[in-house]
Amino acid sequence: MKLTLKVWRQPGPKATGKFVQYSTTADEHMSFLEMLDVVNEELLAKGDEPIAFDHDCREGICGSCALMINGAPHGPRKATTTCQLHMRTFKDGDTIVIEPWRAAAFPVLRDLVVDRTALDRIIAVGGYISAPTGSAQDGNAIPIPKEDSDLAMDAASCIGCGACVAACPNASAMLFTAAKVSHLGRLPQGQPERDRRVLAMVQQMDEEGFGGCTNYGECQEACPKDISVENIARMNRDWVRATLSDRGEAVASAGTG
Amino acid sequence: MNLDAKVPGGPLEDKWDRHKKDLRLVSPANKRKFDVIIVGSGLAGASAAASLAELGYNVSCFCFQDSPRRAHSIAAQGGINAAKNYQNDGDSSWRLFHDTIKGGDFRAREGNVYRLAQVSANIIDQCVAQGVPFAREYGGLLANRSFGGAQVSRTFYARGQTGQQLLIGAYQALERQIGKGTVTMYSRHEMLELVVVNGRARGIVARDLVTGEMQSFAAHTVVLGTGGYGNAFYLSTNAKGCNVTAAYRAYKKGAGFANPCFTQIHPTCIPVAGDFQSKLTLMSESLRNDGRVWVPKRAGDTRKPADIPEAERDYYLERKYPSYGNLAPRDIASRAAKEACDDGLGVGPGGRGVFLDFSSAIKRLGEDTIRERYGNLFEMYERITDENPYQTPMRIYPAVHYTMGGLWVDYNLMSNLPGLHVIGEANFSDHGANRLGASALMQGLADGYFILPYTIGDYLAGAKLEAVDTSHQAFRDAETEANARLGKLLAIDGTRSVDSFHKELGHILWEKCGMARDRAGLQEALARIPALRAEFWENVKVPGSAETLNQSLEKAGRVADFLEFGELMCSDALIREESCGGHFRTEYQTEDGEALRDDDRFAHAAVWEYQGENQTPVRHIEPLTFEFVKLATRSYK
Repeated sequence: MKLTLKVWRQPGPKATGKFVQYSTTADEHMSFLEMLDVVNEELLAKGDEPIAFDHDCREGICGSCALMINGAPHGPRKATTTCQLHMRTFKDGDTIVIEPWRAAAFPVLRDLVVDRTALDRIIAVGGYISAPTGSAQDGNAIPIPKEDSDLAMDAASCIGCGACVAACPNASAMLFTAAKVSHLGRLPQGQPERDRRVLAMVQQMDEEGFGGCTNYGECQEACPKDISVENIARMNRDWVRATLSDRGEAVASAGTG
Repeated sequence: MNLDAKVPGGPLEDKWDRHKKDLRLVSPANKRKFDVIIVGSGLAGASAAASLAELGYNVSCFCFQDSPRRAHSIAAQGGINAAKNYQNDGDSSWRLFHDTIKGGDFRAREGNVYRLAQVSANIIDQCVAQGVPFAREYGGLLANRSFGGAQVSRTFYARGQTGQQLLIGAYQALERQIGKGTVTMYSRHEMLELVVVNGRARGIVARDLVTGEMQSFAAHTVVLGTGGYGNAFYLSTNAKGCNVTAAYRAYKKGAGFANPCFTQIHPTCIPVAGDFQSKLTLMSESLRNDGRVWVPKRAGDTRKPADIPEAERDYYLERKYPSYGNLAPRDIASRAAKEACDDGLGVGPGGRGVFLDFSSAIKRLGEDTIRERYGNLFEMYERITDENPYQTPMRIYPAVHYTMGGLWVDYNLMSNLPGLHVIGEANFSDHGANRLGASALMQGLADGYFILPYTIGDYLAGAKLEAVDTSHQAFRDAETEANARLGKLLAIDGTRSVDSFHKELGHILWEKCGMARDRAGLQEALARIPALRAEFWENVKVPGSAETLNQSLEKAGRVADFLEFGELMCSDALIREESCGGHFRTEYQTEDGEALRDDDRFAHAAVWEYQGENQTPVRHIEPLTFEFVKLATRSYK
């Protein structure tokens, strides 16, 4: 199939970017990234620099790939990462617009590559259970109802790609953060730090420059792992609870340590 | 080359406990005075970084991805083994040990493997404590399933995303330490040189992949947890960025490279669809619990699978290996698939595929149960192939998956180069010539959480380390070397892309050093690879500069190393005149086509020592002695 691509090219973080148009021919069995590989080989043959884009596992799990395709993060197919999107989704003669994630908290590094380390910093302030190596009791000592474990797993399947942020008109990281808060908050092991966790993570989210949630629900639509906005409701409830509890106040006055 | 494995004597069950008593300790007040560099943030690297930082060491951790959470461990699907015997089916540390030794075709160290089996139970506990949402039974207890090469149910899993959940557990533990300031994380950094001072590993040179800046980092010890070299084959199940560079640079600085010819070919991957293919996707081995592998009995049978009656199907694994059936180990299942296709019985475009059929399981258990067990894998398959596996059998074919070879390490996980520790897939230690399913995750976490934290202290307490910082001449030299290499790549300005060289190398390795090897093929590869390498250094095209984010340059450096490493792999395969595990030399097989080991000549690890540019490396051996298991022909019949 013949395709026209309009690709955002930006040589570096401080350089001005622009759309550049390319034509290419793709096979319907190619993944979207394989189509870009072919375009890059063609660019190279012409002496141009290839298009920089993040990718790694190409199995839909590492969360590296991050392309805005025709205005939708990871493209038009629901619950699908860019690397798992195949060209059979498109038609001969299509024009495809390819951009990087757009969010103030995700500065562009080059072309389609953005810096998503803000998401790591949200985890670093509390997105964990403090379980030092070597002191754990037997795994079966805390039975966890299958339903709870399954719901925790639903939330834990977030791949941290940032599509939710890219899709949100406010560039909010609520779905990402809420997925982690839900994953850990659903489990008995996650209870002791539950209040502290939600307060610290929400605060960090704000400090990183992500916007607030105004319930558009675009994040859920864009999420390649079908993470539900119910998690956001859950996080909000936890946040309110934590704010009102003594533990919450203690944390608020003591910082996020 | 000193290849003293330092495995403690005495009864197998007591080796590790006794060794732990003998290991020297670093006092809590002194730990913070020690700087530890960890390269890699997968299961091994992240678990080690988190654990060592908790202990009080001053840790720096490096990864080439934008976040440590993206390390390729995240892609492991099926599960992690542990000898918990929760199922009351007779499992024990001994059985896990025995299965692993046998699965590795008696080419792994007994002491190491027993320790792995022992600590496996603690790994599950640790991960549960971190909030890893393992699959559970309705009663709330942990669920298990079985995997290839085992007759018990000892595999713990989190849907088909076990690697992801275990890695996220380790990543969160790591982020916690980063938040506390005990670990400094360097993401988008690639190690390009190992720095050796007075015979000890004392630091690395890494390139900031965003700014291009070459930086030196000094430490008291360096840990590599940089994964395997399967991407030498170009097409593999590995993430695109996986590479051999860190391990290879350490090899060039004197660390021995052990068993590079041992590559595991995974039997259940989605077949190649076209020339544009950039990687192969693995379908979890757990599918073989319920999926039945078959091909039509008649060559050239193009009927739809549903139209082929039972009597005209050959369930070849069940026929050839009745006691393990579809759960035969990976090397055996892979070779059997290749043989079926070589006999013209392959299915799908190009005839390079066999069926993995769930119809009888769906009939027996219902579609809902199958969806519950493997739903995400079925979806992934459908997305890639545009076929619905609930209705028609999957098509699968073997693909390069895991590399059992790696840098040589002793029982303390230290290479022959003092101060260089190597963990997880980057070392050679625990899997022998084949890796059983659900054992890579186990080894990565065992090394990082439970072994290295003990043994690294012994090194640091015992070594007399002079103060070294990055102003030392060795760092200057290493930076100059790394910069010169990049400059050289950029200056060639030839006509061929890096990928085209990588594809050609991969093709040679797959054809000549893949699922089956023979003398003539390996000799041919050993002639073709140096020629390809020479062409690479004359005709590769690397655009752009070294001062920016330059993905072509990153790839070029890695492929340059693969072009040297591929030769080492073939040399190793040529000399090992036997068949074992993932290394199948067609000249050495039994009458019925099974691998024929030669224990008299090859019951050893082959360890290669670098001799300099264009010099033939020297092959050393570490003899493997089997005190506790009988060397027996591996039979899964």
